[in-house]
Amino acid sequence: MDTSLILLLLLAPFAGFLINVFFGKSIRKSASGWLGTLSVAISFLVTCVFFADIASGGAPVHKPLFDWIAFEDFQVCVGVTLDQLSLLWLMFVTGIGTLIHIYSISYMHDDENVHKFFAYLNLFVFFMIILVAGSNLLVMFIGWEGVGLCSYLLIGFWHKNQEYNDAAKKAFIMNRIGDLGFLIGMFIIAIMCNSLEYTEIQQVIAGSSNEYNWMGVAALCLFIGATGKSAQLPLYTWLPDAMAGPTPVSALIHAATMVTAGIFMVTRMHFLFDNAPDVQSAIAIVGAITALLAATIGLVQNDIKKVLAYSTVSQLGLMFLALGLGAYEIAVFHVITHAFFKACLFLGSGSVIHALHGEQDMRNMGGLKSVMKITYVTFLISSLAIAGIPPFSGFFSKDEILMTAFHNNIPLWIIASLASVMTAFYMFRLLYLTFFKEFRGTEEQKKHLHESPALITIPLIVLAVLAAVGGLISLPGNSWLSHYLAPVFGDKAHVAHHFGTTEYILMAVAVAGGLIGIAIAYVKYLKNSEVPPTDSQMSGFSKVLYNKYYIDEIYESVFVKPLHALSRFFRDTLERMLSALVYGFGGATHALGARGKSLQNGSIGYYLFAFVLGFSIIMFYLILA
Amino acid sequence: MDNILQTIGIQNYVLLSTLLFCIGVFGVLYRRNAIIMFMSIEIMLNAVNLLFVAFSTYHQDAEGQVFVFFSMAVAAAEVAVGLAILVAIYRNLTSIDIDNLKNLKG
Repeated sequence: MDTSLILLLLLAPFAGFLINVFFGKSIRKSASGWLGTLSVAISFLVTCVFFADIASGGAPVHKPLFDWIAFEDFQVCVGVTLDQLSLLWLMFVTGIGTLIHIYSISYMHDDENVHKFFAYLNLFVFFMIILVAGSNLLVMFIGWEGVGLCSYLLIGFWHKNQEYNDAAKKAFIMNRIGDLGFLIGMFIIAIMCNSLEYTEIQQVIAGSSNEYNWMGVAALCLFIGATGKSAQLPLYTWLPDAMAGPTPVSALIHAATMVTAGIFMVTRMHFLFDNAPDVQSAIAIVGAITALLAATIGLVQNDIKKVLAYSTVSQLGLMFLALGLGAYEIAVFHVITHAFFKACLFLGSGSVIHALHGEQDMRNMGGLKSVMKITYVTFLISSLAIAGIPPFSGFFSKDEILMTAFHNNIPLWIIASLASVMTAFYMFRLLYLTFFKEFRGTEEQKKHLHESPALITIPLIVLAVLAAVGGLISLPGNSWLSHYLAPVFGDKAHVAHHFGTTEYILMAVAVAGGLIGIAIAYVKYLKNSEVPPTDSQMSGFSKVLYNKYYIDEIYESVFVKPLHALSRFFRDTLERMLSALVYGFGGATHALGARGKSLQNGSIGYYLFAFVLGFSIIMFYLILA
Repeated sequence: MDNILQTIGIQNYVLLSTLLFCIGVFGVLYRRNAIIMFMSIEIMLNAVNLLFVAFSTYHQDAEGQVFVFFSMAVAAAEVAVGLAILVAIYRNLTSIDIDNLKNLKG
């Protein structure tokens, strides 16, 4: 019973992928969309069954499906672990996945390759399920690579635009750098623990408390893998460029699910990271700096999706901060609330872009509030949530992170709080520029302004509701999530904060910070009706920010150009030398042949003479010897 | 009956064969007419046959003489084939001078 359900969970999206890939052209466009949606919805329902079981106290399911690699004493099997953590992750991956599939039916309806789009989305969900549900690191790695592939395919979905192709390649290559870290970490673990199963690694680590420096190295390598997938410093630059993909993709892959894979991995391997305090501090610092850096860049971006992208990087940074401080369930909590409100924000921006026929620059928007009421309200709710205003979900999760930071490390708390204030500012800057004041686009666009159809608004409403009430799963002091996740993190599960004056003051500070951010945005963009200047008019620090600290340019000159120079060196110097050698052999043989061919002059008398002479020489030699 | 070998001596046979063989070799090397070259080859062959027979008698063993019969039969067949080739060459080139046979030049 369990096995068939698990297979259904895994294979439903894969079946959707196969059907859409091979028969997608011959079925109707809407049919391929509904098929894709249905296959993910099946996975969601199956997840619900398992989740209901485990949430009411059932035991985790461990199911080895088949043996994959077997050496003498080292074995890897393909198996599934459905415990509290993976089921929680599956819940929102498949749940939000279903909503975004529904949304895509309408959003992508006039694209000619809609069946391919749904095929890739289905494949993505399939790999994501493998990543989350796998019972060992190698299976997770398959999913890890698979979602990377789907991300590549979907970023470059509109492959006729070369810029989009470049963005896809960039995402893929930067992820490969991280993947190398993941692989090396996995090799080290395989050597040290002689197994890749999570449970066995945990036992090995628990069994021996000392001399585990190699495990620290492994943890660091795995974290490098996570920085690639989850867009942390220094490998984050692919994520903003990944916005080249269709908006539902940005919502599903580059905000809600795939980019949280790094957090999932660190949470999954928490026993490893707990044993490596140095790596943990590195994670916390990287997370905090990423959060601040991305937030500052987000302040001045004018592309609606770019703002959201930098906000995603920044929020992921906050999650890593929580991971680094050992507060895994808080990170998980923020992953979930973030998935709700960020998916809603992206889908809302997609709705706006849809209404404006592809316009993404906020300077050409404005005044959409009256036309797109549902989009506006859902967007407002999600913005409040991300800004950390109570009682919306983001408040609870972000507040927990800030509180943990405060108790552990004040500088990190200051950085994270600054990032939060900035988050509130740029989100409301986005909101005001998009929905308030007068419409700044062309007359032609103005005539066609419309609220999006129901297939787009329904997912928005559902996600907005979730973004509003999502905080209920972990109320301060009485956290359902902590209890639920306690079996995963063992007895050292996060101890609920003792609630005293400090905590309330911290809460008030966080809320006040959010309000200040909103107020600045209000004064600047609503009261003074400012519109960000055109690209050429920017000056000073905001220009640096607008150009993302020139990090892409720095990478270009530090890594890409030297690499190109090296390639040119290899091509022009080394390869030339090698080919001279190879051609030299050829030339020598040729010259020898040209000489040798004059022996073959066709004269029979000459041949006979040579024959007799040779024969005589041989005879003489034999006789004399 | 006296053995003829005792009268003449084996070494004279060997010398004669060697002489004949060398005549054949030089004939092959110096003459340009294919038929004469062919005759020279036959001289070499017969020089060897003569040596065979001489030694066969010297050793009082008939095997060598039997072998010469085989050798001659094969030589007859070879002459038939060789002459046929010569005729074919003549038809193609209207000459049997081997200096004209240079089609195999590399």
